[in-house]
Amino acid sequence: MTGVIAPLLLRDLALLAGGRRGNPLLPLLFFLAVAMLFPFAVGPDAPLLARTGGGVIWVAALLAAILPLDRLVAPDLEQGCFDQWALRGIAEELVITIRVLAHWLSFGPPLMLAALPASALLGIGGDTLARVELGLLAGTPGLAAIGVLIAALTAGLRGGAALAGLLLIPLAVPLLIFGAGALATGGASGIALCGAISLVLVAIAPFAGGAAVRAAREG
Amino acid sequence: MHGFANPTRFLRLARLLTGPLLLVGLSVAGGAMAYGLFAAPAERLQGETVRILFIHVPTAWLGMGGWTAIAVASLAELVWRHPLAGIAARAVAVPGAVFTAICLLTGSIWGRPAWGTWWVWDGRLTSMLVLLFLYLAYIALGSAVEREGASSRILAIFGLVGAVNIPIIHYSVLWWNSLHQAPSITIGKSAMAPEFLWPLLIALAGFSLLFGGVVLARMRMILADAQAEARLRRMAEEA
Repeated sequence: MTGVIAPLLLRDLALLAGGRRGNPLLPLLFFLAVAMLFPFAVGPDAPLLARTGGGVIWVAALLAAILPLDRLVAPDLEQGCFDQWALRGIAEELVITIRVLAHWLSFGPPLMLAALPASALLGIGGDTLARVELGLLAGTPGLAAIGVLIAALTAGLRGGAALAGLLLIPLAVPLLIFGAGALATGGASGIALCGAISLVLVAIAPFAGGAAVRAAREG
Repeated sequence: MHGFANPTRFLRLARLLTGPLLLVGLSVAGGAMAYGLFAAPAERLQGETVRILFIHVPTAWLGMGGWTAIAVASLAELVWRHPLAGIAARAVAVPGAVFTAICLLTGSIWGRPAWGTWWVWDGRLTSMLVLLFLYLAYIALGSAVEREGASSRILAIFGLVGAVNIPIIHYSVLWWNSLHQAPSITIGKSAMAPEFLWPLLIALAGFSLLFGGVVLARMRMILADAQAEARLRRMAEEA
């Protein structure tokens, strides 16, 4: 069993981060574009932007997390990769766990990097920026876990991004509350709670996602 | 429970129960609301606006209880492969969403005179709003699953994931911001005067019967749909 983890992880990383399943930079560009749109909508007032900028970065991160959902699980289901793994005796839960890790690696740290120019655009810096980055570090694993879970649930369905987004947004509300809440109040406790919810989601995703893939495979 | 795994036996019972449940539920809930509207005294602080309580509180409880029913039915479908559990879960979703929407609507109407605004970003209101979105997501996923002919277990998994997340969402939203009064009724004690409490409990019973009747009617509809489709397919194969 341990022998398959490294090859699967490398394959997933090559697919997700290497650009064979759509350009991984596109969600990040979308993230920056949303951060750029906001000042156009509310005006270039620097104190207002500095006060609301952290929340805007969180909302943009949630929206950007919806974009890659349709290529996380569906192509493998269509090509029969999951059937092959099942024949080899590799549990769907293991594949989904590795997929969550690979998705986070190709989405979380790049998003944290993209948050730097976004925060410069919104005029937030110093202490607030540190809290945004720490919050993203705590929250993006949970976001990646929900993403893979929703992708597994909708893999066999042609519902499109609208359906996946509708499923993802309510589940991501607690991450947003604590991640963005850490900006307003004390800080550390919000980030810790955001990390705790993230861990719960990471714990649920392999089992729920694995069961969803099995249900989709067996029809 | 597996006695009702046979759709024929279930349908015989459901056919018997649907009408009475709807009628009794409607008249009991209607009676309790009429009492609340005309006979109950005005409350000392809230005045006449308190009368909306007799529809607001039962719909709130049933809106939240609806997802509990979805969770139990989803578990029964996933663990015991009960053939009617998935149909029951799908049948609960629409009345659950409607009751949640009625709760939000009546709360908003009550909030206008009491808080001076249609909507506040209060924790318990927001938690109900997120619940409504979860119901709508569930219904959308259900119709996509049905359209594509995918396994109904996918829907059951989402039902369970939602059930795990609802308490997290609820408490995180409460922590975020709350203006709503704390629960007045918990098991064992009540901060409510008996002339409000009893009609409220009767209204809750009436709305619950009504909810059950709607769920049975919807289950019969889903089963009839499946039956009609199977018959059409058989006729097409014979032709």
